[in-house]
Amino acid sequence: MFRFLLRRLLVAIPTLFLVVTASFFMMRAAPGGPFDSQRRLPPEVERNIKAKYGLDKPLAIQYLNYVGGVLHGDLGPSLKYRDKTVVSIIAENFPTSLRLGLSSLIIGVSIGVALGAIAALRQNTGVDYGVTTFAILGICIPTFVTAPLLVLVFAQMLDWFPTGGISELKSFVLPVITLALPQIAVVSRLTRAGMIEVLHSNYIRTARAKGLSEQRIVTRHALRAAVLPLVGYLGPATAGVITGSLVVERIFGMPGLGKFFVLSALQRDYTVVLGVVIVYAVLVILLNLMAEVIQAMLDPRIRLS
Amino acid sequence: MTGAVFAPGSRKAAALMETARGRSLWDDALRRLSRNKAAIASLILLGFMVVAAIIGPHLTHFTYDHIDKVDVWTPPLTAHHLLGTDSLGRDLLARLLAGLGVSLEIGVVATIVSLVIGISWGAVAGYFGGWLDEVMMRFVDILYSLPFTFFVILLMVTFGRNFILMFVAIGFVQWLTMARIVRGQTVSLKQREFIEAARAVGLSGRAIIFRHIVPNLLGPVVIYVTLTIPDVILTESVLSFLGMGVQEPLTSLGTLISNGAQEMELAPWLLIFPSIVMVATLMAFNFIGDGLRDAIDPKER
Repeated sequence: MFRFLLRRLLVAIPTLFLVVTASFFMMRAAPGGPFDSQRRLPPEVERNIKAKYGLDKPLAIQYLNYVGGVLHGDLGPSLKYRDKTVVSIIAENFPTSLRLGLSSLIIGVSIGVALGAIAALRQNTGVDYGVTTFAILGICIPTFVTAPLLVLVFAQMLDWFPTGGISELKSFVLPVITLALPQIAVVSRLTRAGMIEVLHSNYIRTARAKGLSEQRIVTRHALRAAVLPLVGYLGPATAGVITGSLVVERIFGMPGLGKFFVLSALQRDYTVVLGVVIVYAVLVILLNLMAEVIQAMLDPRIRLS
Repeated sequence: MTGAVFAPGSRKAAALMETARGRSLWDDALRRLSRNKAAIASLILLGFMVVAAIIGPHLTHFTYDHIDKVDVWTPPLTAHHLLGTDSLGRDLLARLLAGLGVSLEIGVVATIVSLVIGISWGAVAGYFGGWLDEVMMRFVDILYSLPFTFFVILLMVTFGRNFILMFVAIGFVQWLTMARIVRGQTVSLKQREFIEAARAVGLSGRAIIFRHIVPNLLGPVVIYVTLTIPDVILTESVLSFLGMGVQEPLTSLGTLISNGAQEMELAPWLLIFPSIVMVATLMAFNFIGDGLRDAIDPKER
């Protein structure tokens, strides 16, 4: 186990390095710069600003400086928000994204498991077909369709929830539903498939033969084994929620990292873009690793090597 | 059949081939697929959409970029405008057909890009094995663990809103799963007798890969392709939604939905019709993909 972790962490370092390098040069190859605006700056002013941020140096030197800074935990100053550092921008905006993402994941997984298990137990009944249909819809209706529709119905027509912002707890309801729906769909599908397979296995027959109550069989024996494959889905789910948050934060006007990323990419705020990429890359890598470890701990058939 | 040796080209050999072909994997698969109502309905719907996207734009009263400053925000079902108009008085039906075409086109082309990269990568890694396999698949693992949409966004920012580059950018991030599937299949195919025979005849590695292994990968690849196309369409739509996709006046389903969402209070039809077309397209592809999986690989069921 320890050797496995060590090996994975050793792979993670060059991975991150690759991410930083690729993003750095891709961002720089983009036409335009952070100081372009409607009114052209006088050349000498522009030169001074560039010198201040070290953008006048050769690209290779800038790259080395940046990587050096990252190694010390310094992601540099924002080029658009002159008085802020990238670290402070991330610290300000990440909590919103984290809250949004975590609540969607938790809700998505718990409702998904429940629906999937119920569908499997009542296989080929109306309930099962209902859940399966819902799952297909949840997978096929993209977040940028659900979000405006939810706003249209529940915010504008019924006025139950605010259309955006993060001022009150209620403002999180619609965004979380939007993000959780596709997760519920996928999780319920996975749980249903796993559960059906497990219910046909020999040890469940044994449990039945022992005379255990149906409830005990389902909760203690079947469900445990059925949700195992879900752990592996943790990584992709996180990636999905992060991608979804790009859209959701924009539609609901929530100050999160996703919104900042898109804005900064368009405005060529190089350092902010790189900072956000690094944060998310670290997050996804760690979660994938965690998923693998948990899976191996729960399932003795998997050996980490 | 043991001991029965036929001269190649003899009538008996031909007859034997005929019966063998009669019960082939593909015939079985087709028969199973034709019994799947959802998949067949989806195939018909999709066929209709493709035809509509190709010839539809020639049949509408207006072109997708025809601006009419008077007939702004016309509701659906009015004279000349079956689905209404947008804020610039452009006919929604014409724009919807154009957008559907663009989305399908992106879906197909980007999927082909991902196919070419994924199949070559996976087949080479799986066939040669050893350290090459280790390095190549490790690379795929590494890329797999990255937040992809961010890369596509960076690519789009870098290369500008270039239509062709968008195909390439999306295809470029979609090939990983394909590479994994193909590698797995190749590793198991490699052990089979006919590959051994090909090697015994002295074919080069390249010839074996492209002449013998790749054609036998068709089943899983076809399934995955039908699931990749909707994924690509979705990715493009997310990009368009974020303002980095197809450029005006050209449009895609994602762009239409994005614009519709901004004006949904005034003109809900601008959001609703493109959304319906989008969801129908994605569902059709998903049903066909599921149907194909059940048909080609029944043990997955």
